[in-house]
Amino acid sequence: MPQPLPPLDDLVACHQCDTLHVAQDLPENARAYCQRCGAVMMTAQSASIARILSLAMTAFVMLIAAISFPFLSLDANGLHNTTSVIDAVLAFNDGYAFPLAVAVAFFIIVIPLVRLGALIYALGPLARDQHPHAGAKHAFGLAERLRPWSMAEIFIVGVTVALIKVAGLAAVTIGPAFWAFAGVVIVTVLKDQMICRYSIWEALDHQPD
Amino acid sequence: MGSTGPSTGLITAREAGLVACQRCGQVHVINTAYCKRCDGPLRSRDTQSLQKVWAFLLAGMIAYVPANIYPMLLTNTLVDHTESTIVGGVVDLIHHGSFGIALIVFVASVMIPIGKFVAIIYLALSVHNRSSDNQHERHKAYEVVEFIGRWSMIDVFVVAILSALVQLNTVATINPGIAALSFALSVIFTMLSAQSFDSRLIWDADRTNNDGH
Repeated sequence: MPQPLPPLDDLVACHQCDTLHVAQDLPENARAYCQRCGAVMMTAQSASIARILSLAMTAFVMLIAAISFPFLSLDANGLHNTTSVIDAVLAFNDGYAFPLAVAVAFFIIVIPLVRLGALIYALGPLARDQHPHAGAKHAFGLAERLRPWSMAEIFIVGVTVALIKVAGLAAVTIGPAFWAFAGVVIVTVLKDQMICRYSIWEALDHQPD
Repeated sequence: MGSTGPSTGLITAREAGLVACQRCGQVHVINTAYCKRCDGPLRSRDTQSLQKVWAFLLAGMIAYVPANIYPMLLTNTLVDHTESTIVGGVVDLIHHGSFGIALIVFVASVMIPIGKFVAIIYLALSVHNRSSDNQHERHKAYEVVEFIGRWSMIDVFVVAILSALVQLNTVATINPGIAALSFALSVIFTMLSAQSFDSRLIWDADRTNNDGH
């Protein structure tokens, strides 16, 4: 029973259950949910692209700091050991655990950096009302696809558990990189909350002249 | 609260002879290959979804076995050498009185992985049987599985940090055991399994699909 449909560009389908909806302009700070399965389909926030971009740049700088500075140091019986995030990755660097070192490096350093870099590349020109860079769509698609594999926030919880485990064994000092890393986690969560995929794809597609 | 209006009752893009892009939501005439908005590949349904789900799930379950049998942490101190498995580590934490941390590790390393295996088996079987019961509950289960799976990595990161930090020559050293590798593999495979699941299939069962799969 074919029924007349609105123009295809006015339609939007839920990415989780394929139900068709007519796209509408949302009031400020509103969210649109799929009427069938309840998945979030759009969020409306004015100037959100500029805000997402600034959070992504903040997180990028803090992540560089988190990798470079001392992360934690340990003192016991006159012995001292300072470790950075890189050391934590290299902990697996012997023999059979080598693949694990690569995986951990990707989860906590490479993938977060690539995601943030791709997002900055894709959204940078949009925030200044300019033509998107070549490949901006691929960059944003990549950033979205990598989202589940970026595990900085899980790493921080892991660090907390580890701290409590060694607390009885030795004195642990928290370095600047720890706070930088915690900052990255908070900023990234804020940023991901703000991303409305629908409107960003629309903005990337609509090229101002 | 804003909402998107239904176009003509609640019908799917597929029923309307359309295909929707899962990345950006743009709708196209069916059999279009690439999305005109975001250039992503278009597929009305992933017909090989269940095959991939089962394959990755099996790999994840197999890797979970050695992850529990072999030691996760190798601890050397002046006086002794201990090896602790995942469950052994939880028991140690309870002995030290760290009940909260013991609970976090137990939930992340035992309850979440096993819960995920059960949930994915249930979801895959129900889609296979074209069940139309509890669609909302099943969809919720899928969302929870997708969201929570990555948190199992906690224990791998704990091992990484401990092994990097506790390197005090002869006094105390901690090194990763082989179980850390198999546990990480198990989490990765299970995440891939959950990502392969096409959630649109949950909602297809109660509809008459003339074109089938």
